[in-house]
Amino acid sequence: MAEFRLPANSTIKKGKYFKVEGGAKNIRKFNIYRWNEESGENPSIDTYEVDMDKCGPMVLDGLIKIKDEIDPTLTFRRSCREGVCGSCAMNIAGTNTLACTKASGDIKGDINIYPLPHMKVVKDLVPDLTNFYAQYASIKPWMQTVSPTPSGVERLQSPEDRAKLDGLYECVLCASCSTSCPSYWWNSDKYLGPAVLLQAYRWLIDSRDEATGERLDDLEDPFRLYRCHTIMNCTSTCPKGLNPAKAIAEIKRMMVERQG
Amino acid sequence: MSLRTPIGKVRGLGSAKNGTHHWWTQKITAIALVPLTIWFLASIVQMIHADYFTVKAWLSSPFVAVIMMIYLVTALHHLRLGLQSVVEDYIVSVKIKTFLQFFILYGCTILMAASVFFILKIAL
Repeated sequence: MAEFRLPANSTIKKGKYFKVEGGAKNIRKFNIYRWNEESGENPSIDTYEVDMDKCGPMVLDGLIKIKDEIDPTLTFRRSCREGVCGSCAMNIAGTNTLACTKASGDIKGDINIYPLPHMKVVKDLVPDLTNFYAQYASIKPWMQTVSPTPSGVERLQSPEDRAKLDGLYECVLCASCSTSCPSYWWNSDKYLGPAVLLQAYRWLIDSRDEATGERLDDLEDPFRLYRCHTIMNCTSTCPKGLNPAKAIAEIKRMMVERQG
Repeated sequence: MSLRTPIGKVRGLGSAKNGTHHWWTQKITAIALVPLTIWFLASIVQMIHADYFTVKAWLSSPFVAVIMMIYLVTALHHLRLGLQSVVEDYIVSVKIKTFLQFFILYGCTILMAASVFFILKIAL
């Protein structure tokens, strides 16, 4: 059976409480998932009071302030702080998103932060994305051609064909969509998930690529592609406003089209 | 412990090279079931207070008997495809999965044969 119940050591306990010092007026609470394998203990939710008058507007600003000034043991990934690297994807206020583009002001009440759902946790807010990246590599995310490389010029593409990549090339592979998908939760060993399928479609629709048939062959599988049941969590959670569900629907359309 | 590489695990047994037929058939039967179900419910509602002979006469008309057979066979086929997906989604154990797929296939086939037989028995 799919695992619906959490393993015993996953039960989350109440953690430490960090009070803000000094006469701060604009205080907000960050409730953050903490887990460290080396401690041998169950995960806990630590609560940090943050003086928002001395904190940047985004959730990531809060996390960096906590790590710098309150608790240096807090662990999370971040890099570009402007939504192009995809490192700081986490579950904030119940939705997978990028901490750097999510404004604290848009969240009501306490700011609850968990790692991406249903992934093995490495530490605190850092999920293990090994399988996700292997799945990305498995769709061969590079241009495949049979025609010889033209000498001295690029492989050309009309403006209309280039426009087909809009809404696909912007994906930063943050894994917010895949980890919001129940089908991916239950079958991530075999189902590729929305992020990787959107990337697969990005190469299927590229007019310069000449391996469309082989790519479709590799995807035509009850699990790799057809575990998508149009649940649409992927599209509603995407922090870049993309539509993985539509990309998957287009792949299915291509599959039917080649059946004749 | 497995020392297999992550990409090796993901590539696994390779693509099954099917799934499109299942998905497309599920869509086609779903669309067909919209008018068929409306027709079925509308007919039944009209005959709520009808007696046995009226219903028997209704089901004996060639049009009604044929449409009713198409309706039940389509619905049961759709049911089989849907249940098969549910099993694929949630059951990991190969033994239980195989048993349930047999059970679903035979169960729906028996119901299909029985519904066609009984409609013919009533109609003829």
